[in-house]
Amino acid sequence: MFNDNLRAQVSIVGVGTAGCGEAPGFSELELLAQATRLALEDAGLTLRDIDGLCTANLNNAMWPLNVVEYLGLRPTFVEGTNIGGASFIAHQKPAMLALLSGQCNAVLVCYGSNQRTSKFGRRERAQARNLLDPNVFDDPYHPFDPPSSYALMAARHMHQFGTTRRHLAEVALAARRWAQLNPEAFQRGPLDMETILGARMISDPFTQYDCCQVTDGAGAYILTRSDRARDLKQTPVHILSNETAVWHKGVASMRDLTITPAAESGPKAFKAAQLTPKDIDVVQIYDAFSINTILALEDLGFCKKGEGGPFVEDGAIGPGGKLPVNTNGGGLSCVHPNMYGAFATIEAVRQLRGHAGERQVKGARTALINGNGGVSASSQSTSILGVPDTLH
Amino acid sequence: MPSTLPATTESFLSELNQGRFLIQKCNHCQSHLFYPRNFCIHCSKDALSWIEPLGTGVVYSTTTVRRKPEAGGDYDVSIIELDEGVRLMSQVLGLDPHEVKIGMRVQLSVVPDPSGQQKVVFHPLGADHVQ
Repeated sequence: MFNDNLRAQVSIVGVGTAGCGEAPGFSELELLAQATRLALEDAGLTLRDIDGLCTANLNNAMWPLNVVEYLGLRPTFVEGTNIGGASFIAHQKPAMLALLSGQCNAVLVCYGSNQRTSKFGRRERAQARNLLDPNVFDDPYHPFDPPSSYALMAARHMHQFGTTRRHLAEVALAARRWAQLNPEAFQRGPLDMETILGARMISDPFTQYDCCQVTDGAGAYILTRSDRARDLKQTPVHILSNETAVWHKGVASMRDLTITPAAESGPKAFKAAQLTPKDIDVVQIYDAFSINTILALEDLGFCKKGEGGPFVEDGAIGPGGKLPVNTNGGGLSCVHPNMYGAFATIEAVRQLRGHAGERQVKGARTALINGNGGVSASSQSTSILGVPDTLH
Repeated sequence: MPSTLPATTESFLSELNQGRFLIQKCNHCQSHLFYPRNFCIHCSKDALSWIEPLGTGVVYSTTTVRRKPEAGGDYDVSIIELDEGVRLMSQVLGLDPHEVKIGMRVQLSVVPDPSGQQKVVFHPLGADHVQ
């Protein structure tokens, strides 16, 4: 089947980020365009080369049109699927199929948000979204979402497997230690276990340290067929596989609160990449909340179900640990402009190119990225990336 | 209530506002469903009936949402698994929200919501239901 022959056929050839943290005064499109310009420059391409577009956002029903017009594109391939923050990873497979079928030759995947500093506030946006998409079955109980839905998943995981708040805190601490090595990270200040365990609860068992940052930021990356990528400016980063699974919307509809769709997307991605978890050098997991990292490590097969808490103990996923996870500082400490999928991808590319500065994982040749979307790990998209060396 | 809700949802809410909390049962595959759909998502047949559940269940997961005392104080948000096997988001009342525990047996009741609508809540089984 055509679908079985995608391994390493498409590569990420350019990446860019802009306005990560606070970017007052800029619109979402302006931030997105800045990241796009940097990604083009990184790849040695221009806007004229772009004939494919993948993008999504939370505020505009026909967002690809906004982006097409602003950038002056005339794409022959447009992918605007929005399954939450995993979208910018889930966009990879359709982009790969479009590139390999000849529908287009260079795809721009891009996102931008000014949620932190926008004058049109977060509260008003949330209210507008609730008005347009009411949930009469959950709304009367006022879950403080997204934290409450993920908190319900964490509480169930703690009940079934003995996971502790200390385990959750280990995830936040590891993220912060990586962020301290990343000049682009938003939260780089000191943080210790006692501070996290003593912090005020938001929605039990979560304190603010279990929740992602609320930042501005934009991320863009560019895909071409791998044969063309070889002639471009950067060492190409091959997409060995991308698999997406979507199971539900709300937390009450999850069959098991401790199992995410990554239990489907992960094994499929490993199979298509012809690799196993022990072959992976660096991992980028969309950590909207501390529990996400634990759930994903389990569902992706880095440890057994229920053993994610002990797995992250003693700084195991931080700098110098046994498995480098979220080396930019993740959504918890680096950047989280509402949807993070593009940023996880970009960090994986920077690691595989050896461009990650102080936080560089030495000799990283394979990376896994796992996107999370929706208010309760509703969608998951897993990609495995490698460098030309990986194929030999 | 927005008038754009699906008719099945309107039927559910209309019953709820008369004090009756209903779930659905498929006459073809015998599955129970919540929230209400307009055909069975297990067997795809258009054979759903409304039924009144036993009204007992168990706390499947729970969180306490922290809120300042002047705004009303902390409150519970739980996922309840009814004995029919379906789950719903709800609230356990009749005890301190911090005392709500996973595995606790609970009993359903329908109470007024400040919005003017009725809503389903739960109390620990065997407890005095008077609020």
